[in-house]
Amino acid sequence: MNILVCIKQVPDMAGTFAPNTAGSWFDETGLAWRMNEYDAFAVEEAVQLKDKLGSDARVTALSIGPARVVETIRKALSMGGDEGAHIDDDEAPERDPWQIASMIAGFAAGRGFDLIFTGMQSEDRGSAQVGLLVAERLGFACVTGITAFEWRNGSMTVDRELEGGRLCRLRLKPPALLTCQPGLNTPRYPTLPNIMKSKRAALTVLSPDSVGLESPRVSSEHFRPHERNATGVILEGDAETLASQVLEILESRTCVLGKGGAR
Amino acid sequence: MKLLLVGEVRDGRLTAETAELFGFAARLKAETSMVLAGDAEALPAFGGRLYRADGGHEFDATYQKRLVLAAIEREQPDVVALPHSSYGWDVAPRVAFAMNAAQVSGVTGIEDGGYVVESCNGKMLRTIRPLTSRAVLTIQPGAFAAAPMAGSSEVIAIEAEPDAAIEFLGCIEPEPGVDLARAGVIVSAGRGVGGAEQLELVRALVDALGGEVGASRPVVDAGWLERVRQVGSSGQSVSPSLYVACGISGAIQHLAGMKNSGFVLAINTDRDAPIASVADLLVVADVAEFLPALTAKLKSRR
Repeated sequence: MNILVCIKQVPDMAGTFAPNTAGSWFDETGLAWRMNEYDAFAVEEAVQLKDKLGSDARVTALSIGPARVVETIRKALSMGGDEGAHIDDDEAPERDPWQIASMIAGFAAGRGFDLIFTGMQSEDRGSAQVGLLVAERLGFACVTGITAFEWRNGSMTVDRELEGGRLCRLRLKPPALLTCQPGLNTPRYPTLPNIMKSKRAALTVLSPDSVGLESPRVSSEHFRPHERNATGVILEGDAETLASQVLEILESRTCVLGKGGAR
Repeated sequence: MKLLLVGEVRDGRLTAETAELFGFAARLKAETSMVLAGDAEALPAFGGRLYRADGGHEFDATYQKRLVLAAIEREQPDVVALPHSSYGWDVAPRVAFAMNAAQVSGVTGIEDGGYVVESCNGKMLRTIRPLTSRAVLTIQPGAFAAAPMAGSSEVIAIEAEPDAAIEFLGCIEPEPGVDLARAGVIVSAGRGVGGAEQLELVRALVDALGGEVGASRPVVDAGWLERVRQVGSSGQSVSPSLYVACGISGAIQHLAGMKNSGFVLAINTDRDAPIASVADLLVVADVAEFLPALTAKLKSRR
């Protein structure tokens, strides 16, 4: 079983975002980087499957981006991946889903992957397109947003999340691509021996052109903060004062505090 | 401009998101048609062509893609729009790839002919323009108000080949439990409350206010609260008189499930968190310090 996991490095979403000079995306100054949360579930599921299948299974962790993304590839390897692949591309943060998918599919073609795991979407761009575009290019069956995965006798049963807490259960065979949702598993913390081992794991470095980078399908502009609720009030201060102010506002603006006491 | 909407039928009804697609069409002032698979009680009535296939193969995404492509073949639209739902985000890239066309995901607005989308977990916005002559869009639920439909549609039957690669085994319905939709007050816990042990602070506030405890998705995924309490597009949609968001940053999926609440009180240490976009009152504070103070004040009113 030859497994590929596609991971993205994204900024910590608690950070402060400001537009870059072109206004097309954010300025990277001062941001802290980590693995896209959705992709951590993909890495964990790939490693769990490898552990179940034993020595015949191999997990390759692929990321596209500038030199900083090697740290995220190493993180995936320290969680149990066997080898890393880095498409070294300084412009990756601003490439559109079509371009990212062209490179992933170009990398995967001819490498004989049976299964590809990736996150359902990235936390920063959130387009939820890349996995599907890769699958369509490779002719793989694809299920998006899985919250359960079980491998048995050469096929897999997965749960796909719908709306309102409803799930649908599907069965498919490799070759397949699955995009992962939170709740699928609990991503492990790397152990010290695995961290040491990951530093020695093989890392293939490739250029965007060598894996078939295509031209973009969309452009991006006017990156800006979300509009606030225009009538919203923001309060700061010590907890006691805040509590009194909030109580007053709830009394005047809502009907949930009945006369003479809370319901 | 010619616009093809891709409607969605669930449990014999058009989804609310499908009605919102007509709201988007009205904003675009486009010549509108629709493709729809499934047996709906009432078909959408509008002055355009309605490409229709019978129900079945609801979870066969390749079949759904083929149906949409069959309608595109006949209609030759400039823009194809689907809801950004579990159905739409799954089918849209398959269609866009087959058309060799740009896709814009989760459209929340239109600005100078470009499409506005959210970025960075809903904290930021940007405007995206397709560089191809035809484009596929998914429309963020709740972003466009449903438009009233009028007229009569010309119904055209279409069909497509089902696909055997993925076998549908059945749906799993959520366990019946707490009906948050009926609650007048909901106090929801997010990851920012700090830990499962801190939920006592949330429960204490619920005791003082009346109502129910809700949860954001990460809190449910971490096992701090039951899944039946999850608020958002993958959980329950709620509209209480008062919604208190404790340590919830406000992912798009969460906001979609609670933004129709009467009054939203958010408590968060990050004043730029996306919950601020729907909060009537944002208290910039640590949940662990503020909640006990508010609970005490409420109790002393009795």
